[in-house]
Order: sequence, then C-alpha cells, then structure tokens
Amino acid sequence: MVMKISDNEKLLSVQDLKVYFRSEDEVARAVDGVSFDVRREETVCLVGESGCGKTVTALSIMGLVPIPPGEIADGRVLFRDQNLLDFNDTEMQQFRGNQIAMVFQEPQTSLNPVFTIGDQIGEAISTHEDIPESEITRRSEQLLKDVGIASPAERLGDYPHQLSGGQRQRAMIAMALACSPDLIIADEPTTALDVTVQAQILRLLDSIQKLRSMSVLYITHDLGVVSKIADRVCVMYAGIIAEQGNRQEIFKNPKHPYTQALLASLPNREKRGQRLYSIPGTVPNPAYKPSGCPFHPRCQHAIQTCAERYPGMCDYGDGHHARCPVLFDGGKDTWCK
Amino acid sequence: MNEINSRNSTILQVEDLKKYFPIRRGFFQRVTSWVRAVEKVSFIIKGGKTLGLVGESGCGKTTVARLILKLLEADGGKIIFAGQDITDLSEAEMKPLRKEIQIIFQDPYGSLNPRMTIGQAIAEGLKAAGIDNRSETQQRLEKLLKMVGMSPAGIDRFPHEFSGGQRQRIGIARALSVEPSLIICDEPVSALDVSIQAQIINLLKDLQEQLNLSYLFISHDLNVVGYLCDRVAVMYKGHIMEYSPADELFDNPVHPYTHLLLSAIPDSERSDISDMNTLGDEPANTLNPPAGCSFQDRCPISEDRCAQSEINFEKVGEDHLVRCWKTAKHGSYQFFS
Repeated sequence: MVMKISDNEKLLSVQDLKVYFRSEDEVARAVDGVSFDVRREETVCLVGESGCGKTVTALSIMGLVPIPPGEIADGRVLFRDQNLLDFNDTEMQQFRGNQIAMVFQEPQTSLNPVFTIGDQIGEAISTHEDIPESEITRRSEQLLKDVGIASPAERLGDYPHQLSGGQRQRAMIAMALACSPDLIIADEPTTALDVTVQAQILRLLDSIQKLRSMSVLYITHDLGVVSKIADRVCVMYAGIIAEQGNRQEIFKNPKHPYTQALLASLPNREKRGQRLYSIPGTVPNPAYKPSGCPFHPRCQHAIQTCAERYPGMCDYGDGHHARCPVLFDGGKDTWCK
Repeated sequence: MNEINSRNSTILQVEDLKKYFPIRRGFFQRVTSWVRAVEKVSFIIKGGKTLGLVGESGCGKTTVARLILKLLEADGGKIIFAGQDITDLSEAEMKPLRKEIQIIFQDPYGSLNPRMTIGQAIAEGLKAAGIDNRSETQQRLEKLLKMVGMSPAGIDRFPHEFSGGQRQRIGIARALSVEPSLIICDEPVSALDVSIQAQIINLLKDLQEQLNLSYLFISHDLNVVGYLCDRVAVMYKGHIMEYSPADELFDNPVHPYTHLLLSAIPDSERSDISDMNTLGDEPANTLNPPAGCSFQDRCPISEDRCAQSEINFEKVGEDHLVRCWKTAKHGSYQFFS
C-alpha cells in the first residue's frame, strides 16, 4: 500500500477561539468560543448571517485582526500542531500566503488598481521565494492558465479594471495559489458575482482543490452554495458555532433550531403558495448578547433554562454536534455551568 | 387605485421597448457607438400579479425599470399603463400618474436620505400626493409603519438607527405612501440576510394580497423568483429570451439561456457541484452586438442561421414564448445532461 497521510489528519484545528473588540465602554464578543477542524483535502463551510463572526474567525486564523481594538481573548489556532497565535509578525508574514492563502469577497477592492495583474501575482511569489524574474513571469503565466484565463501572457500586463468581475476573481485565486498553499480561506468569493459566473468559480475551486490536494475553508452566507460544495458545515450564530456536521446531516437532519429555521426560511419553487418561515427579530448586537443561549429570544423551542444557562455541544455521532440541549434526547445534562 | 388594479386586467403593457445609450469619444464628444441596453422588450403585468424579470448583471433589467418609471426616455416602443399610453407624456402630464408606479430599491442604505427622519422621508411622498394636513399626515404615517410591521415609535429616528431589514421596510412604506397600483421591486432582498429576506418576502406577499398590488420583481435570484412570481421574463443582453408562466418556465424551460440559468442555481436539491453547468464565459458587453441572436456566442446549439437574421418570438405553448427558432421548432432540447 502506498504510504498516504491519513485522510483524517487535521490540517487546521481552531480550539475555543475568542476574539473580542474593545471600545471605550463596550466589549463586542465577535467570536465567542469557536472550535472546528479542517482536515486534509476537505472543504469546510462556515455559514451564517452577517455579523455572526465568520469573517473575524477567518481573519484571526490569518493573523489579520487589528490589535487593538481587537483582542484574541482565548483559544488556539493549530496549523500542523503549531499554534499560529504564538507567531510574531515576521513569522506570520512568512506563513501567510505560503501555507494558508486567502481569497476575498470583492476582487475589485482587494486588487491594487495601479499595478498590473502580473505585478501582483509576481509579488505574491517573490515575497516567499527567491527566484529570477523570468521564472516569476513563467510561473505567473502558468497560474493564470490554471485558473482558466484565456491568453494568460497578455492578461499579465492588464490592470484589474480591464478584467471582468469573474476574471478578477480568477486572478485573485491565481494569487492565492502562487505559493501552493495547503489551505485556502475563501471569504464569500462569489457573493458579488452573477449565478452563472459563480457556478464557474465554484467549479474552478473544486477542480483546483482536487488537483492540488488542498483544503478549503469557505465562508459564505449562501446555504445554496454550501449545499453544493461542502464536505462539512459549521453554522455560526452570534459568535458561536450552533451546529456542525457533514453536509448531508446538516441539510437533511438539522438538529439546532437556528439551522432548522434558516433552512425553512429559504425561498424556492417548491414552497410556493406556502408562507415562508421567518425568524422573528434580528441578530443580536455582539456587545449586548442575550444571556444563556444567544439564539433563545428568536427560538421557537426556547424554554426557561435557555435564558439562564449556556447550552453545551450535544453529540449526535459521526461528527454531528449541535449546541441545543432542548432538542437533544441523549439523556445527559448538556447545559454548561 | 383599486379600480385600475382589478384582477386579470392588464395593468402594464410594454411593447418593443428600446433604449440605446450613446458612447461619446474625443474632443468634440462625438457619438462613436451605442450601447444597446434594451432592445425590443415586451411584456404584460396583470393586476394583482407578479412578473419576475431575471437575468445577469448588465442585461438591461434596471434600464427597463427606469424606462417604465419614465426616469429615462425610451428610444422606441410603447409603455401602456392601465390602458393609457404614457410613452410620450410630458412631465406635467405624467405627474398625476407618478403615484401609481413606485419603486423599491436594492440598497436600503443608499436610498434613504441620512439627514431625514424616516417620518420626513415617508411624508415627502404624501406631500407630493397633495396631503399636507399635519394630523392626517401623522395618522397616515403611523398606519403605513404598522402596515410594514414597524413600531410607529420610530417615526422621528434617522435611517442609521435601523437595521438593513427595517430600512427595507421603510423603503416599502415610502412606496406605499401614495397608494400605488404597481411597484417595481429592483432586487429588494438581494442585500439582506436569509432570515431577514424571508420577512421581507412575506411582507411583500401580504401587502399584495391586502392591497391588490402588482409587482415587477427584478432579480437575479431564481429561487426567490420561483417562489414569488406568477410569470417570468428571462432577459439577456437587452432582449427577452423566454416569457412564460413561472411553473411552465421551471418545468419546461425551452431557451438554452434559461437552461443555463436554471442549472447554475445553487440549491440543495441537486447535491453535486458537477451538476452545475458552466457554459462559456460571462456575457460580452452590449456594444456592437453581432447580427442575429444575442446569445449565439455562448449557445451550445447555435448554427449559422442564428447569426444571420433577427430571431423573433415563437410560441411554444399556452402563454409561453421563446426567442429561439431552433428549440421552438424541435421542442426542448436536452442541453446539459
């Protein structure tokens, strides 16, 4: 048998991460005890509404949370058993782009308008590797080709505004791939794109991931996209992970009231004529979260205890966990404190 | 208003609507070419019904909306509102009709004046409609806010004090203030989170039932369109490609472009990314389009004839029109298996 690193090997392990933002008189607990793993060659989706802490989670993995006002209050981010939170700036700089790369939502704003695409991909390479100019150009061209951009040699000399939205996002992905990272964090990479272009980009990411045996941490608010690409899903709400599990489990057998409510509120053709379920109220302000379970004021299953005690993670087996003891009949008291 | 909008009567009819925008170049700003934003767009909206207008960005959806509102002058074609041809009406002649057609915008942040309280913002419409009695205005404001599910206590607050969903409700209240019979909804839920999106969609449906409103619902989200609309017009590069009752469109799509759009919907029904079709690149711009069918460069079944003559609407079923000679003749074609 070929020696293969076990499929279950954890590449990234986020453990009890807490990221707070302090202002004069408030503490916004943007990420409040988040734990999840990304294994090799796996696609994990962090899904949630705006303000639930998914982007802050990604930024803290990359060491990009501005400190202050930000503060990593607790937790560990283990990448191949090294705690990234212990790295200093220089170490992190060596690490970023090289082992973990990030693709952002808006290629228009995250590409520099005054440099050509070639300059920007070249910069990503030369930051991490000491190789001659001609080799950089050759590699950049190959990268553009890999992400499906036609006539890559000419596109290298183009400025971002000369490319269409989809091509810009392809160029961003090429930049992220420049140093063959093991993990790509994609933060809403298709949100600004048309559905047809979105389908192209999702397919591209999928094929590159398979080809290069990468892992992808994909951040989105779009459950439709999640249902297409995820191996595992983490549903976030108000800074915590409400539920995580395999894609099939989350969509077919959701165990947290928030996940259930989200799925019920998605409009589609089959629900025509029926009223959509709508979650009452709004997402809480991260500085003034409700006591107990942060979802209890909007939850239709809430009981008295939900407002008083913090819910623990309930284990449904096979990596499926939901932070809701009310719907859990495992028999054990799973409330915290 | 409701006399106009009795059920099954035609509230709005658009015939061969056309709008070209000039491209000016050089010192004398001479017109060097034209962007054919809207070309021969025709459809009908019945009283109390919803027509969905779908298509990728840049296909001319919003231009159609602005033409109907007469914020732009059409270069050809007719707009018939409640039996009256309004295409060539002057500003003064249009004024009494203005209140009949209202619009809700995509971005509730950008469409409210930050220096006006929401009471002032909504009252502006009332004033324009001739209501300036103070107590009556106050009464109407409270009623409107209640109608869109908001507390009248917010009347003196400013837009920044509200969440995105609440701002969209304010936008709807403002549109309703003059008792219109047709509301153009330009991507009203695209910027909202899933749970808020469901609230707004339910609100739009409730209001339609209570007030017998007609909607022109502009969207790129086919899941929302499939849920909400009675009829759908699929637009591509300024042309309507397919026009049919919503159920018929989703069950028996005929035009290759409709097939492309439907297969790109990320929904949880089809579970694999390889099901998503990724035909061709993004649409090229509408500058100097080729002769014949505007979809020919991305179409999997195009032939010489498609590039030769103009393609006309053909009837393929009860109320089902398609701008494609090939599929109209041979029936639906299995494009993507």
